[in-house]
Amino acid sequence: MEVDIAQALARLAPALGGTGVEGAQRLSGGASMETWAFTLTGPGGPHEMILRRRPGPFDEETSRSTSLATEAALIQAAAKVGAPVAPLIRLCEPGDGLGEAHITARIAGEALGRKIVADPRFEAVRPGLARQCGQILAQIHSASPEGIPLKRSDAAEELDRYEQVYRQSGAQRPILELAFQHLKKHTPAPVADVLLHGDFRNGNLMISPDTGVAAVLDWELSHLGDPAEDLGWLCVNSWRFGRSDKPVGGFGDYGDLLAGYAEAGGVAVDLSRVRYWQALGSLKWGVMCLMMYSSYAAGAESSVERPMIGRRVSETEIDLANLLEAGL
Amino acid sequence: MITHPRTEELVEAVARWIDTIRPELKPRDAFLARVAVNVLGVVQRELTLGPAAEADAIERMSGLLGHGGGYEDLTAELCARLKSGELDADTPGLLAALRANAQDQVAIDQPNYSSAR
Repeated sequence: MEVDIAQALARLAPALGGTGVEGAQRLSGGASMETWAFTLTGPGGPHEMILRRRPGPFDEETSRSTSLATEAALIQAAAKVGAPVAPLIRLCEPGDGLGEAHITARIAGEALGRKIVADPRFEAVRPGLARQCGQILAQIHSASPEGIPLKRSDAAEELDRYEQVYRQSGAQRPILELAFQHLKKHTPAPVADVLLHGDFRNGNLMISPDTGVAAVLDWELSHLGDPAEDLGWLCVNSWRFGRSDKPVGGFGDYGDLLAGYAEAGGVAVDLSRVRYWQALGSLKWGVMCLMMYSSYAAGAESSVERPMIGRRVSETEIDLANLLEAGL
Repeated sequence: MITHPRTEELVEAVARWIDTIRPELKPRDAFLARVAVNVLGVVQRELTLGPAAEADAIERMSGLLGHGGGYEDLTAELCARLKSGELDADTPGLLAALRANAQDQVAIDQPNYSSAR
């Protein structure tokens, strides 16, 4: 049955500390996750909020993503160590009539990567973003995962998982093949696991034109693992939005990222380890692009967007060839 | 193939028409229409650049493998020899050849992509 979101939110208003709800509007078109913006009204003035809800069933055991309850716990754990997040307002209960869902504050700013790297509004904060990201990642990595049901992974396991997907796709891509073999042969020495964000990149960061990173969004891929995984993912060329000369998110340099990380108490991480994970990130993104094409080819998705994403594999090939030529 | 019009001209005409109606579409359809125009761009470039790119890729792969053949067979053999470790990043000329192939493919798929050296 279709849920009337505006009505359910209006019924929930007192529990959120208001009297009514205005302007409930769906923001993104993801099939497995809905995001809604709304305004809570009441004597305390209007409050901008975000509802995230999963309309369908979900099995946390077998999924790569976390449940929304786990995401809520992650947001709280990150807030506790001082990382900027959109604060949790409510983890919804069955009686709320919204299904699996949570509500957070809506943080003002811009999350579109191409605007963050190019829009003049962000000129003032842009030079400081890489250092800020390093500091925030050190904070996140210091958060306690206690009581949060997270999976763990390392480079070898990630390679294994994505290699299986690649083999199943039936695609023959020499550079992806080379990258799998090369990265398997050069896996970095093990380090102590930390709590990772799992998708920390330009596009999942709410940026304020006045203060820089205002909130880290989208925690659903969080897991335990190598701190360099988060640092490297932020540097994958696919999220530099045309500014490939700025390795950190299209806005900064490796040195600032690592300096920020060390300043905020992060363990010492070699640039070579970040570059290794950056290459693994490009390889993963290449395989994800193949997966999205496969879901179209299998008839599971019909949007014109899906097959076109399959043509983004070559961007990861050129990036991987460059990284391999540079000796990573 | 006939030339009045050439296939790539037909594709270009459709892309131009989609561009003219985009402003009237709802946001989701306007987004998908932009994707559709990009798809037609790929088709157009594959028609014009594809044959030379494939011939060059065949030549580069033949050089690496020491014999000629069709694009798919050469690609499959190259993948198999990379998987077995017989060829790797240290093989002379390998990275340069693969890089050139990828560069030609990106020129078809996303000519404005800014790759990081």
